[in-house]
Amino acid sequence: MNEDIPGSKENEIDVWNLSFEESLTKLEEIVKQLEDGNLPLEDSLSLFECGIRFSRRCRELLENARHRVDILTEEGFEPFEDQKEIDQVR
Amino acid sequence: MSSLLPPVRNKQILAVSDLTFSIKRKFQQDSDMQDVWVKGEISNLTNHRSGHSYFTLKDAKSQIQCVMFKWYAKRLKFKPSPGMKVIVFGSVEIYEARSQYQIQVVTIRPDGIGELYKAFEQLKIKLEAEGLFSEVHKKPLPKYPSVIAVASSPTGAVIHDIINITRRRYPVHIILAPTQVQGAEARESIVRSIQLLNRMNVDVIILARGGGSIEDLWPFNEEEVARAIYYSDTPVVSAIGHETDYTIADFTADIRAPTPSAAAELTVPDVSDIRQQLSQYDAILNHTIKEKISDTSQRIAQYESTVSIKRLYEIVNIKQQRMKEMNRYLQRLAHHKIDITNTRFASAYAYLNAVSPLHTLKRGYSITLKGKTIVSSITQIKEGDEIEIMVKDGMIESTVNAKNDREVV
Repeated sequence: MNEDIPGSKENEIDVWNLSFEESLTKLEEIVKQLEDGNLPLEDSLSLFECGIRFSRRCRELLENARHRVDILTEEGFEPFEDQKEIDQVR
Repeated sequence: MSSLLPPVRNKQILAVSDLTFSIKRKFQQDSDMQDVWVKGEISNLTNHRSGHSYFTLKDAKSQIQCVMFKWYAKRLKFKPSPGMKVIVFGSVEIYEARSQYQIQVVTIRPDGIGELYKAFEQLKIKLEAEGLFSEVHKKPLPKYPSVIAVASSPTGAVIHDIINITRRRYPVHIILAPTQVQGAEARESIVRSIQLLNRMNVDVIILARGGGSIEDLWPFNEEEVARAIYYSDTPVVSAIGHETDYTIADFTADIRAPTPSAAAELTVPDVSDIRQQLSQYDAILNHTIKEKISDTSQRIAQYESTVSIKRLYEIVNIKQQRMKEMNRYLQRLAHHKIDITNTRFASAYAYLNAVSPLHTLKRGYSITLKGKTIVSSITQIKEGDEIEIMVKDGMIESTVNAKNDREVV
């Protein structure tokens, strides 16, 4: 198999440790390589497989990410309560 | 005349210094003289070797002596110059050696927007020359940050806007570093926040403040703040005041956002754009692989039609037929060659027959031989020679009796 294919050597565990940006960058590289074409079927298939894996990783990271706001205090982090929103609710 | 004066008692006679001290105490006890802001124009400015500054503060009607000791003077953010309109803060004190009153100045602020702009321009030119605003020092923002820090006031619209916009766009962890963005403490507070956030694992720092007057925004024109931004390893997005406000912090920041809301938009991508992009990538992946597979299948089908068993027999048959044809042709060619050779031999034989001396013998001629030599002249023999005469059906052995050299031919 072609050694240059991004992700071709990564196993599942590595993929699931990637950050969103890393996953997306890999995905973009793969899409570009596939679009350029001229690869043997076997390489195309493994590229495709990796691409799907990175795409899933991106989606998973997006799904699981939560918006969170903390305020820095002398003791460390504390969840921040937006005073303006509290006022609006009242 | 002297009788009008009260009687002198020793106890009541004061030393000059005593009187001066009393005056001094009077000034100190008078709240009108202590911690006052006085507005005027600077003149007769002397920057003494000692580091202390002496000047006169005046307006159209009056003037007053001022002194600024070096430990205060060195804290000023701008250079006071003669003719500058300023507001000084300090207390009226008595200089005992001369019993002169003067303002002991603690700080000076440029008075009026014009003077503030002058200070702003001075610092801007200085820092620009140092390269603090140079594009080469601008750090790119991470495309997909996971932690963003906001150095701003924990109350008010700014943090509220930033939280709202980021929440709508992209799931991210926001760390709010409570920071004073106005007043005397602001400068140190901003610098402290930037330095603190640099020791934490954040992807980007948003330094933000809502709109206000030039005086309100002044901490963001402080040199220390600019330097803290410059030395920040974490990219800094500045969002100070309204769209039309430009502060030194804005020039130094890696990116200037026109408003805090815009800063939030610049810092995080829109998750719906990303989802759309991901869907597009998925579609490309699927499409290209399908195409690849169908291309390959087509090529395989093509190869199959070329190399199938039936086709193989066909090829063998064609070759065999061709071989038979070649064989027949070769045979024909060989026969032809033999025929030609036979004909040539027959004609050569006939010709040879025609010119043969044996043929002449058949017609009645003879050949005379002496030894193995044909006798064709009378000079070849002499009387008594043994000769042989060849005729068509045998040899005659004879002896030469006589010879006659009469020519025959």
